[in-house]
Amino acid sequence: MARIDVNHIRHSYLPNPRKDSDFALKEVHHTFEDGGAYALLGPSGCGKTTLLNIISGLLHPSHGQLLFNGRDITNLSTQERNIAQVFQFPVIYDTMTVYDNLAFPLRNRRVPEADVDRKVRETLDMIDLAGLAKKKARGLTADQKQKISLGRGLVRSDVNAILFDEPLTVIDPHMKWVLRSQLKQLHRRFAYTMVYVTHDQTEALTFADRVVVMYDGEIVQIGTPAELFERPRHTFVGYFIGSPGMNVLPVALEGRTAKFGALRIELPGVPKAEAGAVELGIRPEYVRLGREGMAVQVSKVEDVGRHKVVRANLEGREIAAVIGEDDEVPAEPKVRFDPAGINIYADSWRVEMGA
Amino acid sequence: MLELRNVTKTIGAQEHIRDVSLTLQHGSLNVLLGPTLSGKTSLMRLMAGLDAPTSGSVWFDGKDVTGQPVQKRNVAMVYQQFINYPAMTVYENIASPLRVAGVDQARIDKEVRNAAALLKLTPYLDRTPLNLSGGQQQRTALARAIVKNASLVLLDEPLANLDYKLREELRAELPKIFAAAGTIFVYATTEPHEALLLGGNTATLSEGRVTQFGPTVDVFRKPVDLVTARTFADPPLNTIVLSKKGSDFLLEGGVKLPVPQELSGIADASYTIGFQPHHLSLERPNASAVPVRAKVTITEITGSESFVHLDFADARWVMLAHGILDFETDDVVEVFIDPRHIMVFDQNGRAVTASKLAA
Amino acid sequence: MDKTWNNKAWFLVLPVLVLVAFSAVIPLMTVVNYSVQDTFGNNVFFWAGTEWFEELLHSNRFWEAMVRNLIFSFIILAIEVPLGIFIALNMPKKGWGVPVCLVLMALPLLVPWNVVGTIWQVFGRNDIGLLGYYINALGIDYNYVQDPFDAWVTVIVMDVWHWTSLVVLLCYAGLVSIPDAFYQAAKIDGASRWAVFRYIQLPKMQRVLLIAVLLRFMDSFMIYTEPFVVTGGGPGNSTTFLSIDLVKTALGQFDLGPAAAMSLVYFLIILLLSWVFYTVMTNYDAER
Repeated sequence: MARIDVNHIRHSYLPNPRKDSDFALKEVHHTFEDGGAYALLGPSGCGKTTLLNIISGLLHPSHGQLLFNGRDITNLSTQERNIAQVFQFPVIYDTMTVYDNLAFPLRNRRVPEADVDRKVRETLDMIDLAGLAKKKARGLTADQKQKISLGRGLVRSDVNAILFDEPLTVIDPHMKWVLRSQLKQLHRRFAYTMVYVTHDQTEALTFADRVVVMYDGEIVQIGTPAELFERPRHTFVGYFIGSPGMNVLPVALEGRTAKFGALRIELPGVPKAEAGAVELGIRPEYVRLGREGMAVQVSKVEDVGRHKVVRANLEGREIAAVIGEDDEVPAEPKVRFDPAGINIYADSWRVEMGA
Repeated sequence: MLELRNVTKTIGAQEHIRDVSLTLQHGSLNVLLGPTLSGKTSLMRLMAGLDAPTSGSVWFDGKDVTGQPVQKRNVAMVYQQFINYPAMTVYENIASPLRVAGVDQARIDKEVRNAAALLKLTPYLDRTPLNLSGGQQQRTALARAIVKNASLVLLDEPLANLDYKLREELRAELPKIFAAAGTIFVYATTEPHEALLLGGNTATLSEGRVTQFGPTVDVFRKPVDLVTARTFADPPLNTIVLSKKGSDFLLEGGVKLPVPQELSGIADASYTIGFQPHHLSLERPNASAVPVRAKVTITEITGSESFVHLDFADARWVMLAHGILDFETDDVVEVFIDPRHIMVFDQNGRAVTASKLAA
Repeated sequence: MDKTWNNKAWFLVLPVLVLVAFSAVIPLMTVVNYSVQDTFGNNVFFWAGTEWFEELLHSNRFWEAMVRNLIFSFIILAIEVPLGIFIALNMPKKGWGVPVCLVLMALPLLVPWNVVGTIWQVFGRNDIGLLGYYINALGIDYNYVQDPFDAWVTVIVMDVWHWTSLVVLLCYAGLVSIPDAFYQAAKIDGASRWAVFRYIQLPKMQRVLLIAVLLRFMDSFMIYTEPFVVTGGGPGNSTTFLSIDLVKTALGQFDLGPAAAMSLVYFLIILLLSWVFYTVMTNYDAER
């Protein structure tokens, strides 16, 4: 396994990029630590797949360097980089058996057949497919095929990193749970360096130790799931992570108070905001619905089973609040913002709050 | 009103749809919920008239339309793939069903603009679909389906190819759009979460059978059998097979789970108990909750919640808890089962409920 | 499928049915009629029974032509299929080269059959033909009019030139339908060029290859124009294939009865061999 350094990498699909907007990847500079589980999260077109393909060597970056364990591998081919990749749609050699699929990368590298057999059997156990070893791969279900794709990476002992490109897209919800937790267990047991590309926040957050949120060719925040939830650095992160996303209200600051229309909201500290458009961000989970606070008109209650999402109108802005499964909306509903969940943004970037 | 009466569809030796009877009212939203290959698409094709049933009949507003081809049924369909006319503008795409119907220009313009406004497409009317994002392309397809003023609109996993966030936005808007249109909507999805957000009615499908049909929340909270409960649970339903003795279910380690009051009359036998992941908790939720000790296999953290995967006896459970719980693998934790929230199924997988006992 | 609710559809296929009836069924029936009769002209026919068939099956001329046909088809398949696959594999998958290659490949298919014959007849002549002249100039004694081997080579080269494109286009269609991810995965797995071909490209091309082999077999078995225009079946009988033999019998000697019997046998052979090919290949497919 390897540490991966992405050194000031820029990439454009155009032959002669001039403007910043010509770049699919504006500038990425980041280190993926050895043995870490990372997710690259963002909407389509944010550059996450471009970055993944640069790491795997399927794309050559326009600028910058890529290092594996300190060694410059920018100009090495995919084969020479020794990585494994699982794609969105299962890639299997469907004329081969499950066993031969797993043996394929080893046989290509002329590993002695005795070692091949040992490694393949180990891997079959790891991915829970030992019972299907002799079956032709083409008749299997989508989740089994994805496990074979993964297995072809796991079978090689010298793999530098395992890359995932939205691997659960074609998997049914129930199997997603099973595969995700198996993947996480594999990571815990064998400490592979893993990079996982997805647009699905649940997959990203549950899989990764650290999530890299990308938007418009740039990294907007790198953090643990808790950091991304509690302290989104940018309003985009607030919106993109969380379901529903963070409520963002335009406010004016006055010391420890934020003024939203005629309303005054107490802040946990004094924001260090310079000039610029100031906004207050609060996640629906921190909006308390009750009989005290600011009056709202409830427009809709969505019962999602384990909790309810209340859509309400606060001074002309729609806000969302999350209430418990058995909670009811009071007759004259009012909301309060839990100070612990308040973040202040100037020009969309989060500002610190002093005492 | 669309009625399917004992509809069966077999292709070769395979039964794709098994004895399905459903009645869908005008102005209703009906979700078909089930995993891949459970028969959602096959059922929609029968409803549309793209296929004729092997046996059984299809009725529309009291008329037998079995075997009537799709062209004669005034049906609109939206697929998982974004299907539009690539060479036409968004405006012409939306207008196309009206042009085919020979509607006059003034009304076409009015209806196209209404639909575009409803689906937030007004700024893009002059563009061609390929210059739009996936979300906007699918909005165009939806607008075309709505403007057609069809008596039946079928949507086959329309959001599956969209990004998570776009899906969320469109999902929140769809019920409003459906309510405004007033026709029969049928919406296929694999995701329980989506069914809950859409509301309306839900039919759960499993291996070509409709296992339950009713208001979405009722199907979710009061499934009639284990298959339905499993189909309609994300994260997966926690289950365990227990034997009942007297007033308790016996759990491993001598723990007794009291039989809910209203079910006290059931016979002593083996039952399957099911409960949702958020009904398993670290703190005692009330006095009747029962503690069990389970082993952690893996913990997944979403930032605000944690999914703790647990092994209890030979059962695999998931606990959904608020906050961040960073248990290590193989930690043994004490978790509480709330008997108020358990579902009881007999050996045939049928739900055991108070109303059934009374009958 | 049970979609019999709309019988109007039959009217739409009626023109085709009529066309097929006139172009295939009625002539075939005429042939059947001829094959069991004898005539000395003036539209006077005598019942001949199975006489012509018996005579045919005992004739050396027929069996020799048949063997020639089989050898010819075998050589054609052995050259065109691998060559077609090879060219398809090396055609560009994107960029400006794609339309250029496709047009180049389609060109021979667009040339009318008798023109193909004439082109090669002139091209191969050793007095005024570009090809024939230069081959002789190189010191190789080449003359398709006198040497049976040279005649065969010429006919084979003509067919390869004319029809390999078809195999190329079919294989190319199969190849471009393979998603990029497969090639990327193969790179990651360290697969050699051969392994990529064997485990990704060949399995994906299999269906179109079946069609290509079938079409090329049937077509080459029915070879007529090339030997007719270039060699006229000679030198001697060396390029007299079944079809040439048939025409000689029917039009040259005006033996309508034997010729009709021959066409029927010829027709049945093609039908049978095509069916065998198809069954073997689809069964192979199903087993895997």
